[in-house]
Amino acid sequence: MFSLSSDEWTAVLLSLRIAVVATAVALPFGIAIAWVLARKEFWGKALLDGIVHLPLVLPPVVTGYLLLIWFGRRGVIGAFLADLGIVFAFRWTGAALACGVMGFPLLVRAIRLSIEAVDTRLEDASWTLGANRFLVFATVTLPLALPGIIAGMVLCFAKALGEFGATITFVSNIPGETQTISAAIYTYTQTPSGDAAAARLVIVAIAISLIALIASEWLARRAGLRLHGGG
Amino acid sequence: MMLAVDVEKQLGTFAIRAKFEAPDGVTALFGPSGSGKTSIVNMVAGLLLPDRGRIGFDGTVLFDDSRRFSAPPHRRGIGYVFQDGRLFPHMTVAQNLDYGRRMYRLPPEAPEQARIIKLLDIGHLLDRRPGNLSGGERQRIAIGRALLMRPRLLLLDEPLASLDAARKREIFPYLLRLRDEKVPMIYVSHHAAEVKRIATTIVRIEDGRVAGVGGAELLVEADADAFP
Repeated sequence: MFSLSSDEWTAVLLSLRIAVVATAVALPFGIAIAWVLARKEFWGKALLDGIVHLPLVLPPVVTGYLLLIWFGRRGVIGAFLADLGIVFAFRWTGAALACGVMGFPLLVRAIRLSIEAVDTRLEDASWTLGANRFLVFATVTLPLALPGIIAGMVLCFAKALGEFGATITFVSNIPGETQTISAAIYTYTQTPSGDAAAARLVIVAIAISLIALIASEWLARRAGLRLHGGG
Repeated sequence: MMLAVDVEKQLGTFAIRAKFEAPDGVTALFGPSGSGKTSIVNMVAGLLLPDRGRIGFDGTVLFDDSRRFSAPPHRRGIGYVFQDGRLFPHMTVAQNLDYGRRMYRLPPEAPEQARIIKLLDIGHLLDRRPGNLSGGERQRIAIGRALLMRPRLLLLDEPLASLDAARKREIFPYLLRLRDEKVPMIYVSHHAAEVKRIATTIVRIEDGRVAGVGGAELLVEADADAFP
């Protein structure tokens, strides 16, 4: 019968927690930056776009190393946040940060495309009907961009679930704290007689990814139905 | 005098320099396509900022460049019926109709709502979504949506242009009813027959400028279209 050892369960649950937290925390920032990139013209826009996309093209180890320098205990941002009680170094929160940063370009890209696809003439109509800028966004732009936002969240979640290089560089591979499914699989494959455990985790990883894809498809279809069909 | 417009706007190589006053009733901005009529109403609505000039309405200032002031569209209280309807596809007809009232935080007024729904014959569409409505139905709902925010002024930008002749004949009586309700309107059209029937004042626009203000004598163009 298929069953996981408690160590394997720990890695699976930790991975899920990290991926969910990374996606949830990245989402508001992702929506804000995607909106700015889609709707605003300003000096330095290309630079902002480049920085957002950097984790997509940089070697993940480099991203992890930069996070270590900036968000480690003695890093500029890390030391400041540590005073506020937020510690990333060698904690699961650090893994979530690394996963969020790595998933961020995928999140922003999908949301930006869907915001660009929203007809600005509808936003103008909403404006003349008494909605201020924020309400135009909340009642017209956001609901119309919803399918893209869901797609972006799934991409970010999947990236977070599979992230390896940046995470292991930034917060190492500590069972129960920062050892995600990917890191656990890697560890098992390096261990004699770890093959069975690795295979079980591989199956779990495939299952989670499939469920996420199917769920997103279902959600996007429902959102699309609300937009275009029905009634 | 209710609406006073005196604006300049450079749009690429095209320049708008328009000065006119629109009294109560229905003022038509009449002129050929591309003469700048839509840009002018967009400036009245606040969607387009003039480079220079002043727009005032019933004693309040909507735009004044000498004071670097422009009231944002959501505070102008001006309803806008666009050529292409622009209903919100993710809302039902009822939600579309109620949108302006909610955004302007006006108290619900069931009798007024019922009256406008009846006036436009859209009661049977309330639960539908805009996606599968006819062009004429959509345009009637767009008119109702703009009316239900209780506008001080209603802008209609070629409200019939995207409709075929049968649909035009369907909508036009509703527009005439609006005029008879004394809702002040700015009616943009390049269609002489339409303008002749609905307008109380005609402002003729040519090449971004006002070529004349007056009555039906401005409709010199022999309009070949046999409408209505």
